[in-house]
Amino acid sequence: MPDTPPSLTREDVAHLADLARIDLSDAELDHLAPQLSVILESVASIQGVAGDDVPPTSHPIPMTNVFREDVVVPGLTAEQALSGAPAVEEQRFSVPRILGDEQ
Amino acid sequence: MSTETLVDFDEALTRYEPALGLEVHVELNTATKMFCGCPATFGGEPNTQVCPTCLGLPGAMPAVNAKAVEAAIRIGLALNCDIAEWCRFARKNYFYPDMPKNFQTSQYDEPIAFDGYMDVDVDGETFRVDIERAHMEEDTGKSTHVGGATGRIHGADHSLVDYNRAGIPLIEIVTRPITGAGEKAPAVARAYVQQLRDLILALGVSEARMDQGNLRADVNLSLAPAGSGALGTRSETKNVNSFRSIERAVRFEVSRHAGVLDGGGKVVQETRHFHEDTGITTSGREKSDAEDYRYFPEPDLVPVAPSRAWVEELRATLPENPTTKRARLQGEWGFTDLEMRDTVGAGAFGLVEETIAAGAAPQAARKWWVAELARRAKDAGVELAEVGVTPAQVAAVQALVDAGTINDKLARQVFDGLVAGEGTPEEIVAARGLAIVSDDGALGAAVDKAIEANPDVAQKIRDGKHAAAGALIGAVMKEMRGQADAGRVRELVLERLA
Repeated sequence: MPDTPPSLTREDVAHLADLARIDLSDAELDHLAPQLSVILESVASIQGVAGDDVPPTSHPIPMTNVFREDVVVPGLTAEQALSGAPAVEEQRFSVPRILGDEQ
Repeated sequence: MSTETLVDFDEALTRYEPALGLEVHVELNTATKMFCGCPATFGGEPNTQVCPTCLGLPGAMPAVNAKAVEAAIRIGLALNCDIAEWCRFARKNYFYPDMPKNFQTSQYDEPIAFDGYMDVDVDGETFRVDIERAHMEEDTGKSTHVGGATGRIHGADHSLVDYNRAGIPLIEIVTRPITGAGEKAPAVARAYVQQLRDLILALGVSEARMDQGNLRADVNLSLAPAGSGALGTRSETKNVNSFRSIERAVRFEVSRHAGVLDGGGKVVQETRHFHEDTGITTSGREKSDAEDYRYFPEPDLVPVAPSRAWVEELRATLPENPTTKRARLQGEWGFTDLEMRDTVGAGAFGLVEETIAAGAAPQAARKWWVAELARRAKDAGVELAEVGVTPAQVAAVQALVDAGTINDKLARQVFDGLVAGEGTPEEIVAARGLAIVSDDGALGAAVDKAIEANPDVAQKIRDGKHAAAGALIGAVMKEMRGQADAGRVRELVLERLA
C-alpha cells in the first residue's frame, strides 16, 4: 500500500476546476491547493489502516444483479419534464451556445 | 478550410502500414431504457419519453434493465468473448447539454465482455479481428443547433435538446488494433462493420440501421513506417454512418496521415468528423483535455455478476455462426465462390437470403440484388437495404417473370415503380401497362408491319436463313415497347415466311 499521499499542486487544482467548470481565482487556488492536499493525507491515513486482506470497496452492500424487468412504466409528460427548465423552445430544453468563441 | 497535403492512397501504402481500430455503438431494441422504464422507441414527440432518472433530476435512482444485460452477454458470446464474472458500471464525467446528469453511466476497466474475435471475409481472404471489449452504456439526448448557417454547432446561437434518446441502452464494441490489412484496410473496416451488423441482426438485439443511428461506427486509424511493426498516433473519426463512408473515411485518413508524416510533421491525436458530401474529415474537438473523464465506480448501481449457468443458457440461444451459415447457404443455393463473394461484397447476403425465403430462385435473387439493385443504390448513394425495394417485393417481381407476365427488361420498370412508391409489383404492372403481350391478334399485326418494313430481311428468311429472324423480332419488340412475347413473335415470323 502506498504510504506517501499524493499531493495536489496548484496546477492540478486549476485543471480539475477547469474540468468541473468552476472558475477559481488565483487567491482561491492558493487557498484550496494546500487544503485539498490535507484532505488527501487524511484519506491516505485510513488507507494505511486497511490490511492486504481488505479489498477496495466501491459498494458497501454485498449485493449483485439487481435488475429491472424490461417493462415500460409511465414517466413525465413533456410539460412536467420542461417545467423546471430556464428556457424552452419547440418542446425542447433551450441551452446556451455550446462551443465558445475560440473557434 | 484546410491546407492539408494528401498523398495518393496507393502511394501511401508503399511507405506506410495502416493500423485500424473500430468502435461500434449498437443501440438495443429493448422496450425500455437502460436504467429506467421509459420507452426506448424511436421518433416520439420531443421530451415525451423521459422521467426523473433519465433527466438526471436530484434523488432519482437508476435500475438496470435485465434484457439489456442479456443482450450484452449474447453479443459478447457471439463475438467469442469471455463474459465477466463480476463487473461494475462507472461514471464517465463530462459536461455537455445532451448528458443531463453531467456524466454518462458506462463501464470502464470492467467490461461485461472481453477478449473475443470475429473472422472477417474480404475477397475470399479471412482477417481475424480481435475484439478487446464490449461494454454497456447509455445513449445521449439529441441536440438541434439554432442560429448557425447550416444547423451545425459552429456559429450556433443556442441549442435545443430532446432527451427521449437519453438513456437508451448502447453496447459499445471495441476492436484491438487491426494490422496487416495493408491496401485492404478500407475493405476490412467495411466488411467488419457489415458482418457485425449481420450478427447483431441475427441475434435480434437491435434494428441495426446505420441511417437511423442504431449502429454507429467510429474509425480509428494510424500509420507506421512499413516494416517497422510499430503503431503510429491515431485519429478518431466519429459517427461514420454508412458502410461506404467507413471505407472512404479510412482511405481519406490514410492519405491525410501520409501527407502529415511525409512532411516531417506529427499526427495529432484528435477526434475528427467525416463529411458525407465531400468524403473528407475535419478536426473535431478544440480542447485537448476534453478526454479527461475522471471515471469512478457508479455508486447507485450494484455490480453485475452473471452466473455461469445464465451465461450457458444464453449461449444456447445464439444463432448459427455467420461464417458457418454462409458456407451452408452457399451450398444450398449452388453459388460459385465468385458469386458468393460478390453477394457478400455488395452487402446483399441477408437480402438475398430473405428474397429466397420469400420464394425466389437463388440465382434470380442474386441477380436482382447484386446487379440491378446494387447499381441503383450506388447511383443514389444509399445502402442496398435502403434502395426502396424489399426482399418480398423482389420475390414478387421474380414471380411475375417466372409466370411470363413480364420479362427482365420490364421488371426494371417495375423496380422504377417500386422505388417511386407506386404500389405492389402487380399494381405497377397493371397501372403502367407492362404485361407482355402474347395475344396473336396484336402480335400478328406488329409482325406483318415488320415484314412489310424489312422486305430484304423477310426474303432472307424465306430463303431459309432463320438466323435473320432476330432483326424482325427486334423490330416487333420496338414497336411493342419491349412488351411482346419474344418466343411467340419468332414463331409467328417463321410461320408467315415459311
